[in-house]
Amino acid sequence: MKKTVTDFLLIENKQLNKDNFLLVLQSPVPVSDIFPGQFINVEIKGSPEIFLRRPFSVLNVDYEKQTISLLVKILGRGSKKLTEARLGETINAIFPLGKSFTLPDNQDHILLIGGGSGVAPMLFLSKICQLNPANVTVLIGARSVSDHIDISEYQPYGMFYFTTEDGSLGEKGYVTDHPVFSEQFNRYNKIYACGPDLMMKAIGRKAIDKGIFCEVSLENMMACGFGVCLCCVEDTKTGHKCVCTDGPVFNVNDLKW
Amino acid sequence: MNLSVKIHELDFKNPVLTASGTCGFGEEIADFFDLSLLGGIVVKGTTLKHREGNAYPRMAETPSGMLNAVGLQNKGVDNFISNIYPRIKDLNTHIIVNVNGSTIEDYVALTERLDELEKIPAIELNISCPNVKEGGMAFGISCVSAEAVVKAVRKAYSKTLIVKLSPNVTNISEIAKAVEGQGADSVSLINTLLGMAVNAESRKPVLSTVTGGLSGPAIKPIALRMVWQVYNAVKIPVMGMGGIMNATDALEFMIAGASAIQVGTALFIDPAVPVKIINGISEYMERHKIQSVNEIIGSLQC
Repeated sequence: MKKTVTDFLLIENKQLNKDNFLLVLQSPVPVSDIFPGQFINVEIKGSPEIFLRRPFSVLNVDYEKQTISLLVKILGRGSKKLTEARLGETINAIFPLGKSFTLPDNQDHILLIGGGSGVAPMLFLSKICQLNPANVTVLIGARSVSDHIDISEYQPYGMFYFTTEDGSLGEKGYVTDHPVFSEQFNRYNKIYACGPDLMMKAIGRKAIDKGIFCEVSLENMMACGFGVCLCCVEDTKTGHKCVCTDGPVFNVNDLKW
Repeated sequence: MNLSVKIHELDFKNPVLTASGTCGFGEEIADFFDLSLLGGIVVKGTTLKHREGNAYPRMAETPSGMLNAVGLQNKGVDNFISNIYPRIKDLNTHIIVNVNGSTIEDYVALTERLDELEKIPAIELNISCPNVKEGGMAFGISCVSAEAVVKAVRKAYSKTLIVKLSPNVTNISEIAKAVEGQGADSVSLINTLLGMAVNAESRKPVLSTVTGGLSGPAIKPIALRMVWQVYNAVKIPVMGMGGIMNATDALEFMIAGASAIQVGTALFIDPAVPVKIINGISEYMERHKIQSVNEIIGSLQC
């Protein structure tokens, strides 16, 4: 799919909880196909401290309305500034970038695990995979109930489970402590994960151990987003690979995990 | 209106090139604009043998710029010749290969291979990469070693030889004169400035290599100063670069003495910016009733 630089219009900017915002960008032209795991690289103007674009995975796309929704979690100066953007502002972004998750087949039983802002591509995948919802399990982890976003819109697409480190929602602990992960892992034939490195490594190692297909989406720091700067490399079994073009989605068997 | 410039015997349709290490092999940015509009493309730094480059993290964002410590990751010249060259040789713009080595023998062996390629009219000899342990910048920071490598490569290369200079020196004019004396047809400058970023919370360096190369608008005043100094010190044409983000920046470099300019880090933010720069130069010429872009080169009125 051809990559383009597009001037979007910010039509929604909603604070979902303390650190998470939903931003909806409207394109003046029909939006190119974009799939879960692919990302959009957003220019954030107005500060010399924020020189480079910031990559965000896509939460949703509406081809009819020509909109792309992003879940923006405040992690640093770039994401913070972006969440301060006002409705009607122009947001310049390059997309679609990177490789998406491998879409599951009809007979698959899939487990989607999202942590922190890694929940965005998992929700997107649950929505567009078109599986029987009984075959889609989504496990979402966060620090506390106040860090979880409302997923009711996605409830019809699968069975949802939650963990919090303080026990304020769902099971207490990490996603890897949840029975879905610790006891029922073998029920799934495809595992997808996006979130903190440690979380993905724990999931990836178990999948490798059990011989289950598993893809994860990495978040290495990048400068360009389209494979020219060679800054975001991951050291894989076949050498340094660009997370922006060879990934961000990798099969865990290709990683040195 | 005439936008064409000449570097040695090579005619460029306009003075705007993309800089090595910021545009891949051209293909990576082909979605964003018609590459044949460019004056030229300086492709990713190439070495004789495959290089994995430095460990992650390789990048740090800094005010109005960034540090990189990629370390010349590339698949080597054989891969370039068999897999990449056939795909890019007919892009209808000058393809220039950025040449790197750890030893003079490496530089020469690589240059000999490139000399055979019909559609590569020039090389950019990189004696200024700050991110490799051996060779690289070490050659570019003394007149003696710069002379030695240029002398050896000159013998091995029959076409246009551009030497890319390091700004990490006390007197860049002396280095420029030294390489001119050994037969360089042009000099390009500046490569990145050696810099560093620290994470105060962890008290650790941000880059795996501790130090890296600073690029972006943060270095533009230094680059302009050096282009002006070198323009006044040598007779060969100068290619200017360092923080060029738009047409005004490009024009400033040309006024200071650059015959052509290279756009680098700006591509990361706007990969279509070269076209905007070319158009901006045309508009400037129209506005100032300038017939040939050559009238701008070195037109600084002190």
